[in-house]
Amino acid sequence: MSLQLRYRLQRGDFALDVDFKLPASGISALFGPSGCGKTTCLRCIAGLEKPQQGLFKLGEQCWQDSARSHFIPAHQRAVGYVFQDAALFPHLNVEANLRYGYKRLRNKSAQIKPGMIIELLGLSALLMRSVENLSGGERQRVAIGRALLANPDLLLMDEPLSALDASSKADIMPCLEQLHRELSIPVLYVSHAADEVARLADHIVLLERGKLQAQGSTHEIFTRLDLALAQEPDASAIIEARVESHEDEFALTRLVFNGQHISLPTLALDEGHSVRIIIHARDVSLALEHNRNSSILNILSAEVIAISELNAAQILVQLETGGQKLLSRITRKSASALKITPGQRLYAQVKSVSLL
Amino acid sequence: MLNESDIAALWISVRLALITTLILLLFGTPLAWWLAHSRGRVKIIIEAIVSLPLVLPPTVLGFYLLLLLGAQGPIGGLFISLGGDAPVFRFSGLVIGSVLYSLPFVVQPLRDSFAMQSPRLLEAAATLHASPLDRFFSIAMPLARHGFLTASVLGFAHTIGEFGVVLMIGGNIPGQTQVLSIAIYDHVESLEYAQAHWLAGGLLLLSFAMLLGVYSVNQHLKPGRRA
Repeated sequence: MSLQLRYRLQRGDFALDVDFKLPASGISALFGPSGCGKTTCLRCIAGLEKPQQGLFKLGEQCWQDSARSHFIPAHQRAVGYVFQDAALFPHLNVEANLRYGYKRLRNKSAQIKPGMIIELLGLSALLMRSVENLSGGERQRVAIGRALLANPDLLLMDEPLSALDASSKADIMPCLEQLHRELSIPVLYVSHAADEVARLADHIVLLERGKLQAQGSTHEIFTRLDLALAQEPDASAIIEARVESHEDEFALTRLVFNGQHISLPTLALDEGHSVRIIIHARDVSLALEHNRNSSILNILSAEVIAISELNAAQILVQLETGGQKLLSRITRKSASALKITPGQRLYAQVKSVSLL
Repeated sequence: MLNESDIAALWISVRLALITTLILLLFGTPLAWWLAHSRGRVKIIIEAIVSLPLVLPPTVLGFYLLLLLGAQGPIGGLFISLGGDAPVFRFSGLVIGSVLYSLPFVVQPLRDSFAMQSPRLLEAAATLHASPLDRFFSIAMPLARHGFLTASVLGFAHTIGEFGVVLMIGGNIPGQTQVLSIAIYDHVESLEYAQAHWLAGGLLLLSFAMLLGVYSVNQHLKPGRRA
């Protein structure tokens, strides 16, 4: 199933003009700086805005096609929307908020039922509370539950974490990941925070000034040298791996991806569990030989794919290892000493790896 | 104490205020909603018309209503051609006059409380399968409850207190169109100060009590910070 959209909308100085197709599965992030049109795009999909020209299809469903004046109003779309500020109804308690959309479902054989959402999001202790005195993280959890209970075919999330402090964020992230695993609802997630996107998204749509800049899988977009993400000081690569074994003697966990191995301090995860790790470009150095006399534990054999100059002193090298992309930021001097060229095979020494 | 015609006047006033408030809530609510959510020239004109009774001398309104609703007037004539009576000097005339005269007292608090609501909440309800009418009844109305309370009490109290309009189109007929405020005037004119005191003092206390009630309940019902 896929999701196809084309919107053209003019609002004062701002113009949105996008046209793309996404896989309708997993979490797709609409990513870009503030004012790039992410939220407007999401509002168009929900039917809260009516773009002058628009087409939206989710699988077989067509929610808008301005060419034949077809527009399904927001309340008839099978969509869930999580607002940045939660937008809970202040005159209803937590439970009534949760059930608001569920109660209004025409099809009573709803797949997502209150009991499972309350358990999944840990809301049972809050049900009778007034929404006025919930913490930011609690509010957002209720908002997510309320949207899911409307049994959407597509869940839209507008920066659901941006108004939260770090600890509430840490509280909600695992919830979102769990939802991702347990429910098969495709999610469109708007964010301008690279770390959230790196952790959650499978697919990224990069927007800038109302236009589509690029789209692709999360690892691909993060490591594309021509996009802004790779130019950032925090530029990094995201790698999907699987827990292979635990090395109890040294308190390490060994991960594997396509024949390449990475060790990191013990993870409390079962063997076979898939994980997503992040490797910053600044933590990857390059060597022409496999240096066994080094304290660096993680050495991956890699091939140079492309090189781009960051500034007078530094260059960025895009590598491929085990079928996945990696970035390395090294000095121009080292690059010239090692004669780094595309197609070259070498070793990437990874100083630090963290789990997302 | 109160004599028979005083009690009749009190009853007419209360009945008039209740009916007027009910009619105004029924028709004023959609009007207030529309005013809160639209822009443009038509809205400004309607807003000015709604506020007119605030600035016009009641006698001006009463005078034109007398002309319109009288047997020779276009609306009065319509009533007659439909087999009824012209509403002037009747209770129905009082109701029509009061509805117009108390209109801003009901519409303005409602309009303000609708305008204050975050559009985000209605949008959230829309994405939760609530139709526009459903959103109005399940979100907008409960959130405007303090506005409804203020509007009802102001509409009621203002109708009880009106004088000029009801005098012009009601004609002060005891037992039919003589309301409380006019009864007081009559007592004073005939130097029956004790009678006047009973009615005037009672009205004073009643009005004060009602306003006190509204303000204390409203403080309680403070619209949610995020509403």
